[in-house]
Amino acid sequence: MLELKNLNKAFGDNVAVSALTFSLQKGEVLGFLGQNGAGKSTTMRMISGVLEPDSGDAVLNGHSIVSERREAQSQIGYLPEGAPLYRDMTPLAFLRFIADTHGLNRSGRNDAVDRVIADARIADVANQSIGSLSKGYRRRVGLAAALVNDPPILLLDEPTDGLDPIQKRAVRALVARMAPTKAIVISTHTLEEVPAMCSRVLVINNGMMVADDTPQALENRKPGGLEEVFISLANSHEAGAK
Amino acid sequence: MDWTGTMASIKAAWRREISAYFATPLAYVFIAIFLLVLGIFTWDLSRFFDTGAADLGPFFYWHPWLFMMFMPALAMRLWAEETNSGTAELLLSLPVNLPGLVIGKLLAAWSVAAFALILTFPWWITVNILGPADNAAIALTYFVSLIMAGAYLAIGAAVSALTRSAVLAFVIGVLIAFILTAAGWPLVSGAVADWLGPSAGDAVAQFSFLTHFETAQRGVLELRGLFFFLGFTTLCIALNTLFVAQRRAGAQ
Ligand SMILES: Nc1ncnc2c1ncn2[C@@H]1O[C@H](COP(=O)(O)OP(=O)(O)O)[C@@H](O)[C@H]1O
Ligand SMILES: [Mg+2]
Repeated sequence: MLELKNLNKAFGDNVAVSALTFSLQKGEVLGFLGQNGAGKSTTMRMISGVLEPDSGDAVLNGHSIVSERREAQSQIGYLPEGAPLYRDMTPLAFLRFIADTHGLNRSGRNDAVDRVIADARIADVANQSIGSLSKGYRRRVGLAAALVNDPPILLLDEPTDGLDPIQKRAVRALVARMAPTKAIVISTHTLEEVPAMCSRVLVINNGMMVADDTPQALENRKPGGLEEVFISLANSHEAGAK
Repeated sequence: MDWTGTMASIKAAWRREISAYFATPLAYVFIAIFLLVLGIFTWDLSRFFDTGAADLGPFFYWHPWLFMMFMPALAMRLWAEETNSGTAELLLSLPVNLPGLVIGKLLAAWSVAAFALILTFPWWITVNILGPADNAAIALTYFVSLIMAGAYLAIGAAVSALTRSAVLAFVIGVLIAFILTAAGWPLVSGAVADWLGPSAGDAVAQFSFLTHFETAQRGVLELRGLFFFLGFTTLCIALNTLFVAQRRAGAQ
């Protein structure tokens, strides 16, 4: 479904992502873990075609993001970090715009918009301006936008960051509803998210993969649980880099 | 060339921008101030009624000078706002055609400009009341004015793709527009002619919006002028596309 092949990206001398390779199947929810600055967003931006890799490729449902960018982009729904939205639009107008960019015709567009409004549970705010919505609703509007084309692959960059516990739960519930039919990547630096949502965990540090395991196996690596494992993975690599 | 994809992107971007213009007071304020300033300049500075002629010359005279200020204002947020709010990232992740987006946004601004021009119709009626007017010539001048507005907008849109600040985009846009306008001003082209010789003065004037609009003002449709504006607009669209595509390389 999603295959990363030796993906690399540097900003000047700063290597953001280094030789990242993994593949993900339908039904998997991958927790993409790393400290701030580890390279999570850069990886997601390369997979979504926002940023060109220096080398390597990402293959999305058979389409290369490098050589068939637009076909590949049709295979994903992407929620950028912070869920940027057009604040002056209503969710309804915004989702129609997204549907337009996917080249849907009028009836396809209306069906898709109705479907994601129901999926993301935003029907009661669909006609208010996005700028006036709470953070939790805005995040759900962003998620709805990522689902408009019913993509087989979902990329969610810190989807619960900055939300209160109830809003977080709503986002998690949405991910759980989508999980069986899609391959999902969720980046986060909050460890509590992982057992709640993910079937697999990939940890990166300084742009390099340092672990790829199930949450359970990772947790059992150390007596202190996931947090201890995470801290030691981050530190061990830093020590190795020096 | 992928026509359906391009058309879909143009349409999506056009719809989105038109709704943005009219969702905020921006378009209304823009149109109101434009009509007011154009009215004051035509009426007062050009003493429209003193000449007594049934002629829109004094009205069209101000178009390049006002467009120079107003069109960059209309175009300034087209791309800068996307960068500033982070929606550019969303936009670049969608399976869109980039030139299509650039054209769609420009067409939206152009539509607002066209709407503003349409609302100047009382001037046209007034000259017909004053006496027999050459309506064919007036229609032609209106047409070239609209084409010229597109060229000014294209400058503003391209500049807006280079910064996250709409205000900065406006200032730089006006500066470039001013240079391209004033180059045909006798004061400037004359000075260049004195300094570097008459052919240099002519050459500078040939790149000026003013020069090409003046022919149209005389009621003459000069293809060279039309091609100048359309060619210039195309060039700006290409640059605009390039500026946006450049972001994929990662320099923000
Ligand atoms: N557009 C950019 N220009 C320069 N450096 C960048 C850019 N984006 C990210 N970086 C750098 O790349 C590294 C990884 O950043 P990022 O992918 O945002 O990390 P994360 O999402 O894991 O917090 C950081 O060192 C960051 O400073
Ligand atoms: Mg990040």
